[in-house]
Amino acid sequence: MAFLIRQTLMYMVPLMIVALAGVFAERSGIINLALEGMMIFGAYIGVVCLNVMVDLGWFSAVKASGNMWTMQWLLLLAMLIAAVAGSIFSLLLAFAAINLKADQTIGGTALNMLAPALVLFLVRITAKQNALLLSTGDSATWFMIKKSMWGFDKSYKLSWIGDALLNKVYLTTYICIVLFVIMSIILYKTRFGIRLRSCGENPQASASLGINVIRMRYAGVMISGALAGLGGCVYAVTTANCTANGEVAGFGFLALAVMIFGNWKPLPIAGGAFLFGIFKCIAATYNTLDINADGKYWLADIGISSHFYRMLPYLITLVVLAFTSKSSRAPKAEGIPYDPSRR
Amino acid sequence: MNIKSLLQRDSVRTVFASLIAILVGLLAGTVVVVVVGLLNPSISSNIIWDGVRLIFLGVFNTGRDAAGALTFGFNPTFFGNMLFRAMPLILTGLSVAIAYKTGLFNIGAPGQYLAGICTTLFLALSIPTSSVPAWLVWIIAFFGGMIAGALWGCIPGLLKSLLNINEVIACIMTNWLAASLVTWVFDISNLKNMLEGTKTGYIYKTSSIINDIIVDGTRTISGTNLPAGAEVVSTRGGVATDKMGLDRLFSGSQVNGGILIAILLAIIFYIIMEKTTLGYQLKACGSNRHAAKYAGIKDKRNIVLSMALAGAMAGAAGSLYALSGNTEFFWTTYQSLPAVGFTGIAVALLAVNNPIGVIFTGTFMSFLNINGQQLTKMTSYNEYITDVIIAVIVYLSAFMLMFKMWLGRKRKISVSPVREGEVKK
Repeated sequence: MAFLIRQTLMYMVPLMIVALAGVFAERSGIINLALEGMMIFGAYIGVVCLNVMVDLGWFSAVKASGNMWTMQWLLLLAMLIAAVAGSIFSLLLAFAAINLKADQTIGGTALNMLAPALVLFLVRITAKQNALLLSTGDSATWFMIKKSMWGFDKSYKLSWIGDALLNKVYLTTYICIVLFVIMSIILYKTRFGIRLRSCGENPQASASLGINVIRMRYAGVMISGALAGLGGCVYAVTTANCTANGEVAGFGFLALAVMIFGNWKPLPIAGGAFLFGIFKCIAATYNTLDINADGKYWLADIGISSHFYRMLPYLITLVVLAFTSKSSRAPKAEGIPYDPSRR
Repeated sequence: MNIKSLLQRDSVRTVFASLIAILVGLLAGTVVVVVVGLLNPSISSNIIWDGVRLIFLGVFNTGRDAAGALTFGFNPTFFGNMLFRAMPLILTGLSVAIAYKTGLFNIGAPGQYLAGICTTLFLALSIPTSSVPAWLVWIIAFFGGMIAGALWGCIPGLLKSLLNINEVIACIMTNWLAASLVTWVFDISNLKNMLEGTKTGYIYKTSSIINDIIVDGTRTISGTNLPAGAEVVSTRGGVATDKMGLDRLFSGSQVNGGILIAILLAIIFYIIMEKTTLGYQLKACGSNRHAAKYAGIKDKRNIVLSMALAGAMAGAAGSLYALSGNTEFFWTTYQSLPAVGFTGIAVALLAVNNPIGVIFTGTFMSFLNINGQQLTKMTSYNEYITDVIIAVIVYLSAFMLMFKMWLGRKRKISVSPVREGEVKK
């Protein structure tokens, strides 16, 4: 059970935060199909950062000092830089969509192509192979929070909930959850958030009330880029074991799906991400999944092909969409370039 | 006719805008190559210069001379390979273009391509050529692949028209479903290449000969070298697209008649779109679904039909690629989607969704592909620069419309809004 919760959280959290990234862009009126590209870019920058830190000798210095909590600060720094990088990358979309009134779907597709191409081009030149890895150790040795770090003895047995939430976890999970809550509150309860959302519904009306639509849309896209870049970095550190290879296993697109079936609202998005996370987790680990710790792997025992479990998340999404799409409501002005003269 | 009045023509402006997008894309690729080269101490200025030349002229590369400098000239192998690789790109480009005309963004071409390639391989390698003539197997396999692609394309179409599910999301989901499903199908099939021991993870080529034999009472398979005392039950495989003389024109390359089929399909679609009622209805749904419905056009039926046609083209791309006979399919594809499907988006956009234009832009994209290949082979750069260039071109084509407007602006009518304090002339 502890294992299941931990793994589900690991899959769920990047989806959740990236889906929220999509919400910020779309609620401001810009379709952000480029979530995948922004994630890929963020993941790459994050791994590059960590590699630079290794080269600077920071990792070994922390290890020598014996306090592994310091590592978390380094991870935090890498996440921050990845977020900034994602934000800068998203300017490409913002510029095309807002200033040049481009087709936003195509612009997003272009970024989805650009990010992996650029990343692979650079990785191949610098690393001489198709993936950039951490030069020493992996994410488990450096960033995983283990129960010994909390001061528990190795033999001490945590309750299952403690085991799920404190042992073998990553700080990124909790940061993303906190960030998700904060950003949702900003979107709904602050003046900025409400203004941003109004620009996605009726920008001309917003402008008539003195809101700078262009600036709001830039803000929406850049926040979106930052969150997606951060999500990419989180994915790279937790799921991909600090590897950047120009892909994030379609997580960006899945986040897009989560956003749509979460109806562009934070709470349903969290639910959707959970649903997806749990099925992703089952697909990845069904072979060794021991839910009530009795030594029986009942999912593997049923004898259903692993391929079926791999298809489950996508099938479930389609089924859920089939039931919810009638009531789904996208922001009204999304995808339409802002034209001040059209009232 | 002077240049200014020429630019008033819509078609001329479109071509001009596309050419500018291509040029800017190539320049962006050049800038990346130069900057990366300058920042990287292991890349000398000679290599940078080689890299820049190969971006533009890789297809014409004929190797290096004795002094180590690149030589250029007509290279029939690369030219033939360029046409060969253009074949699936033209078809996936058509796929995206057809859907776009009906107002649908078909990002599902990779999945439809997989459906096509899977079905074609299955049919071509399962029907015994010992009892059915190879040309008939080819036809069955080709149309089978097309139909499979069409059916796969129907799924997002149906979801969109009946349940109002966003086709982008449905396409993305069906892509990954196809990737897993294809892996599943081949995993339980007997088409994994067992005869060539080094080829783990690949399916047989359609041109390879597989003999189902009985040796000492047990059923097994064999290549052309039969073991002693073997009794041949049936023979499978040996199916490949006819070269149609193109191999003599471009010696040493993979090109075959598939490229002609792709061009033919593009022309057929041009005629359907421009000259028939069906094409008119599809386009009407794309321009304004509600107005089309009001005019008595069945919008739901047309959406499904458009996606089916799009899927058929992407399926044909996979089908013809497999049927070339010398391509091998890596079947554990569930972790990634075929890039050719996504490049189809770029092909269609650059051609502004014109079926005839797709022929040229598809060839251009494969031209870039070969250039990238040469870049990997001859320098310390790699082929991903091609994708960077394509991405930049797609990015530019996102605001092609504005581009075109700017190209065709007339002096008297100002397109840009008049700024404050500025007197309108």
